[in-house]
Amino acid sequence: MQRNIIIAGVGGQGILTIASIIDLAAMNLGLNVKQAEVHGMSQRGGAVESHLRISSEEIWSDLIPLGKADLILSIEPMESLRYLPFLAPEGIIVTATEPYDNISDYPDRSELLHTIRHSGSHLLVDAGTIAREAGSAKVYNVVMLGAASPYLGMAQEEIEKAIEAFFSHKGDEIVSMNLKAFRLGRDNRTK
Amino acid sequence: MNKQLLLGAEAIAQAALDAGISGVYAYPGTPSTEITEYIQRSIQPEEAPVRSAWSTNEKTAYEAALGMSYAGKRSLVCMKHVGLNVAADPFMNSSITGVLGGLVVVVADDPSMHSSQNEQDSRVYGKFAMIPILEPASQQETYDMVRYAFDLSEEMELPVLLRIPTRLSHSRAVVSRKEAVTQNSLQPSTEKGKWILLPANARRNYQKLLEKQPEMVKISESSHFNRITEGDGERAVIAFGIAYNYVMEVIETYKLHIPVLKIGQYPLPEKKIKVFTEKNSDILIAEEGYPVQEELFKSYFGNGKFRGRLDGSLPRTGELSPGLLEKALQVETDDKKSIPQIVASRPPMLCKGCSHRDLFDAINRVMADYPQKHLFGDIGCYTLGALPPYSCISTCVDMGASITMAKGAADAGIRPAVCVIGDSTFTHSGMTGLLDAVNDRSPLTVIISDNGTTAMTGGQDSAGTGRFFDICKGLGVEEAHIRLIVPLKKNLEENAGILKEEFDYNGVSVIIAQRECIQTKKVKSKKAEH
Repeated sequence: MQRNIIIAGVGGQGILTIASIIDLAAMNLGLNVKQAEVHGMSQRGGAVESHLRISSEEIWSDLIPLGKADLILSIEPMESLRYLPFLAPEGIIVTATEPYDNISDYPDRSELLHTIRHSGSHLLVDAGTIAREAGSAKVYNVVMLGAASPYLGMAQEEIEKAIEAFFSHKGDEIVSMNLKAFRLGRDNRTK
Repeated sequence: MNKQLLLGAEAIAQAALDAGISGVYAYPGTPSTEITEYIQRSIQPEEAPVRSAWSTNEKTAYEAALGMSYAGKRSLVCMKHVGLNVAADPFMNSSITGVLGGLVVVVADDPSMHSSQNEQDSRVYGKFAMIPILEPASQQETYDMVRYAFDLSEEMELPVLLRIPTRLSHSRAVVSRKEAVTQNSLQPSTEKGKWILLPANARRNYQKLLEKQPEMVKISESSHFNRITEGDGERAVIAFGIAYNYVMEVIETYKLHIPVLKIGQYPLPEKKIKVFTEKNSDILIAEEGYPVQEELFKSYFGNGKFRGRLDGSLPRTGELSPGLLEKALQVETDDKKSIPQIVASRPPMLCKGCSHRDLFDAINRVMADYPQKHLFGDIGCYTLGALPPYSCISTCVDMGASITMAKGAADAGIRPAVCVIGDSTFTHSGMTGLLDAVNDRSPLTVIISDNGTTAMTGGQDSAGTGRFFDICKGLGVEEAHIRLIVPLKKNLEENAGILKEEFDYNGVSVIIAQRECIQTKKVKSKKAEH
C-alpha cells in the first residue's frame, strides 16, 4: 500500500490539521509516514503545501516525486493547480471551490474552474456551505478531508477514529462537529 | 511511548533531552526554531532542570553553551545557517579551546532560501573549524546522530556540528527513541591552559586540534553513517546527507542497480572513498547545498569522472528533489504536467490588522514630501514592507544592518536617514549600531517597530520587551528624541507629525512604534478562553 498526497492551501487555512489527522490514522494502522511541511515566511498568507506519503514499505524521499501524487487535496481552487506537475496520470484533484482572494491578480473564477475540470480527474466541493451546515466555518478543512477520504487508501472508520483522537482534548462538542463535517464532506460528492 | 511522529527538528530536541543535556541555547530562526520550542514544551517539573529560555542572539547562545560545557555538563546550541555567522567567533575558537561536557552545535541550512537571505553551506564552517560534522538523511538518523554526537563530543573533547536542511527539519516521520541517560554532574574544568587562549596556549591547543584530525578520519572510516549499498556497472553515486533519500527514491522506483556510497559523517572517510571511486568510472556527486565535496574530488583527481552541481548534471543552486536526481541519473520521463498559466503567484504578506501596516502607512505619508526616499530595513515580518502596497523598504541584508547602514548613508549625506527594525532584531544586533550613531552624532532616525515578540518565527519571547525607552536612553539618545507612537489607523495624522519632526531633527532620534503582534494576541485570547 502506498499513497502520495499533496495537501495545498494558503497559510492559515489549516492544512496541517488535515495532515495530522491522516498521519494519526496511518500510524494507527502501523504504516510508515513522511510529511513535509512549510514553516516560516510563507505561512503569512502565502501559498503553502504539505507532501504527505503513506506506505507499508520504507519511504525514502520526504518530497513526492513529480508525476507521482495520487491525490491533490486543496482547500483553495487556484492552489490545486499550482501542484499539477506532481499529479500522477491516474491521480485526482479534490478541491474546494471558494477562492481565497488576497492578491490583486487573482484569476477569473469560471476560467479557473474550467481549467481544473480540464486538468484530469477532479472533484469540486462547495466546502463553505457544507461547513456551515456542520456548524462552523472553522471545520472547512475537515469537510475537505471527508470529500477526499475515499482516495486515502484507508478505511473510513480509521480516519474517524483519528478525528476523535485529534480533537478529543477540545471536548465532545468539537469532536462531534468535526465528525459531522467529515461525513457531510464525504457524502456530498455530487459536483 | 517509544515511537513518535516527529519533525526532524523535534527529533534533534528529543535526542538531546535523552542524551542528558542541562541546557539548550538558541535564538529563533527558520528552520531551527522548533528544536528549542519542543524542549520548552517537553520539560517536566519533576525531572532534572533543563535551561531553555531564548537567548538574545546566536553569539550569546553559543558562549553560554560553551560555559555549560566548561562546567562539565552537556549543552545544545541551535541556530539557522546565517546565525552561525553571528556566532562564528566563539564557534571557531571553541574548536581551539575544545570542550568538557558534550557540546553539540545544530545548524539548520536553508537551501533554496525558503526563509533566508542566502543558502550558505554550514559544512564549510565545520571544515573551517576542523571539528566532526554529522549530516543526517532521515528523522531516525537525526535522532541517532544527536545521541552519538554528545558521546563523540566528549570523547574527542571538541564541539560536534550537526547540519540539517529545511526539508528534513520540517518533515515528520516515525522515530524510535533509545534509553535516556541522566545529566552530567557539575564538574567544572580544572585545565586552565585549555580555556585561556593567550597566544602561547592557543598555539599549543591548535597543534592538539591538528593532531586529532587523523583520529577523526579513522572514526569516519568505521562510522555506520558512512556506508556502501552494492550495485553493478560503471555508474555510481556518492550521496551526502538528505541527498541519499532522493537517490534511493529514484534507484528503487526505476530498479537501478547502481552502487551508492552514503556519507553522513565528516571528515571524509578517505580510504572508503578512494576504494569506491577507483572501482567506478562515472560518479554522480549528490550533495545538498554547495558543491563542497565535488569541488574537492574534481581537483584531487583532475578528471571528468565526477559529475554533479559543477558540470550541470544537477543545478548549481537550490535544494535537490527526486525529479532532479531522475534527470541526473538519466531516467527522467517527459510526460509531466506543467503549472497552468492561470495560476498567479501568492507571496506572503503582512497579516490583516498588523501594526507594521499602520506604521508603513505613516512612513509613506511623511516620505512623500522628501525627494530622497530611503528606508533602511532589517530582518523580520516588516521586511514585507518591501512588497506592494507599501514598497517602502530600500534594504534588507542582515540582523541589525538597518541602523548601521542608515548611519553610513547619513554619513554619506542622505537626508533623512531613516531605518526600521523590529524589537527582537534590535536587541539581537541593533543596540551596538545605535551606540555608534550616538557617539558619532549621526543625523539618523531609528524606528523600532515593537510588537512585543519575535513574530516571523512564530511568536517567541523578545529580549527587550518593555525596556526599549530605557535601553535607548542608556545608550545616550536624548530623552526628548525618544518618541512613543501607537501605530493605528486613527493615529495616522498624529504619528505622521511625530515622524516628520524626528526626520527633520539633526541628530539621533528613536521612534518606538508599539502595538502587540495580532498573531500572539490571538493566541493569548484563545488561551484565556480555555
